[in-house]
Amino acid sequence: MSTATREKMTMAQALNRALRNAMTADPSVVVFGEDVGPLGGVFRITDGLSAEFGEQRCFDTPLAESGIVGMAVGMAMNGMRPVVEMQFDAFAYPAFEQVVSHVAKLRNRTRGAVTVPMVIRVPYGGGIGGVEHHCDSSEAYYAHTPGLHVLAPASAADAYGLLRAAIASPDPVVFLEPKRLYWAKEDVDLSDEVPGIGRAAVIREGTDATLIAYGPSVPVALDAAEIAAQEGRSLQVVDVRSIVPFDDDTVCAAVRSTGRAVVVAEAPGFASVASEIVARVTERCFHSLAAPVRRVTGFDIPYPPPKLEHLQLPGVDRILDTVDDLQWEDS
Amino acid sequence: MTCDPDLLLPSTEPVMLIDADGRPTGFTADLPAADELLRAHAAMVAGRRLNDQAYALVRQGRLAVYPSSHGQEACQVAAAQVLRTEDWLFPTYRDTVAAVTRGVDPVQVLALLKGDWHCGYDPYRHRVAPQATPLATQLLHAVGVAHAARLRGESTVVMALCGDGATSEGDFHEAMNFAAVFRAPVVFLVQNNEYAISVPLAKQSAAPALAYKGVGYGVPGERVDGNDVAAMLTVLGDAVDRARRGQGPQLVEAHTYRMQAHTNADDAGRYRSAQEVAAWVSRDPLRRLETYLRAAGLLTEGAERAAAAAADRMAARMRDGLNRDITPDFHDLFDHVYARRTPQLDEQAALVADELDREDAR
Repeated sequence: MSTATREKMTMAQALNRALRNAMTADPSVVVFGEDVGPLGGVFRITDGLSAEFGEQRCFDTPLAESGIVGMAVGMAMNGMRPVVEMQFDAFAYPAFEQVVSHVAKLRNRTRGAVTVPMVIRVPYGGGIGGVEHHCDSSEAYYAHTPGLHVLAPASAADAYGLLRAAIASPDPVVFLEPKRLYWAKEDVDLSDEVPGIGRAAVIREGTDATLIAYGPSVPVALDAAEIAAQEGRSLQVVDVRSIVPFDDDTVCAAVRSTGRAVVVAEAPGFASVASEIVARVTERCFHSLAAPVRRVTGFDIPYPPPKLEHLQLPGVDRILDTVDDLQWEDS
Repeated sequence: MTCDPDLLLPSTEPVMLIDADGRPTGFTADLPAADELLRAHAAMVAGRRLNDQAYALVRQGRLAVYPSSHGQEACQVAAAQVLRTEDWLFPTYRDTVAAVTRGVDPVQVLALLKGDWHCGYDPYRHRVAPQATPLATQLLHAVGVAHAARLRGESTVVMALCGDGATSEGDFHEAMNFAAVFRAPVVFLVQNNEYAISVPLAKQSAAPALAYKGVGYGVPGERVDGNDVAAMLTVLGDAVDRARRGQGPQLVEAHTYRMQAHTNADDAGRYRSAQEVAAWVSRDPLRRLETYLRAAGLLTEGAERAAAAAADRMAARMRDGLNRDITPDFHDLFDHVYARRTPQLDEQAALVADELDREDAR
């Protein structure tokens, strides 16, 4: 692999590159939403696209999320590959009926005759000091809806690779972009193959317990593993990457190898993706487990104001306290 | 966008070319050609027959339910008849007659209500979208199809149907706004049949007429007597031509009446009087057209017999097709959720296969 193509870039830049390269590769790819045109999106993910590809390929829409997603359904029915931006997690809710009743179901309703390949990009999650309605972790709503793929990258390389895969996918994808990771710089080679949709990845080897995380919680889990290592405990970290389809094989193999697991996610824990992962791991790995599978999640409260959000977000200490609680004395 | 707001306003009275007694109202220049009216007549005879046959099939337990469009056949036939092959129709659950007029097999349309599958026809074959049961959501899809066609330089026009109740939904307004902003070639046809299940129009909207709802979005509105198929053909035909010329969307409100209950499961006697319904019988769209055509010497006995015979054949096909029980393939449960089954769906399909095997073994 050539090192000449490695470059420093943020996740935001990687996503922008993915959109640009997808639009170059496939003339049916169109990008639209609120402020995605000349402004380049409030997070600048679509920066420069309308100038480069013209207003027919990247355009601003009226401020109406149901309209954006509903129009995308029709455009997908008629041969386009829409990539739409919901400006913030909680601003995607007006589109919920279109997502659940049409985006997710059209293939099924028509037994495959009508498909609506599209990507719904959702900047999501907290940790940026955002005011209310700007910090929700809404993944459970989408993950609970059959017919949608739900992806959550945690690195610039995955952001690029998964967004390209999402745009190429014959199925609709809800693409959750962890806002607080947008600006983290990484060394990336965009020509690197990353695991595709439906694949989790072990991103840190470890032998004592497995931390399972996705999106914004992945760097937190890695930090926790680093500190645990200094304290003499070896934690493995699995990045889920693809919430739907879920990679049972990789996750369960990882948990079986350590016998202990903690799932980390910032969404409220009740009826959450984290709960689903715990259930799946417990059902499949019961005889390999030395302790109950635990969760470190957000509390079951509306997302708090900025001055209190540090208490809501799973942090290194809460993760390590939970790891300490994994019945080590019994083994 | 600059335009004269007055040009967006609908006429104060619904456009009518043939009155309730079957007499031309005087705008003879606007009347569709005789062959268009005869085509519409045959389709309305078939549509009326379809409504009656489907209603009977519910009573016989062959259909779970049927939302009849008895009394609205002029709207539905005109909506389909003004379209070309390359155009699209977006029907609701009450628009079976429109879908069938466009060429979809009635047995396939009614698969939804028979319980075989959600959409029994291939929407691309006749360019008829799946019948929408959530209200107004399909209007945005219509805008998307139209916008994509326009981006590609195609001459496609999209006919998007909804009812009076659906004009209260947010998606109706978003669809009008998007269509106007993008100048999408869409004709929105509201069949105002006076009731959203039990709720009368007066409780639905305080607008002077539903056609005025376009004005705020820069979409011209027009009102038509929905029981006058000649007026429906002319107004919708003009709207389609306008959209095809790149002049953007139009909103057409057809004043009509739902002669039967919302569905067979509904009891219309709880919210409207028999006298009210009786008053609409005299405005029946099919009888009105026939009176006009006979007086004008356009409807020959031969043509009338041919239309009735075609409707008979269609009804027989419906009985035959809908009385036949098919066993849906259980794989359909899992095969069309995604392009490829996920490993989890493979597991779940295997579980059902195993259950069915054990049932067979018993």
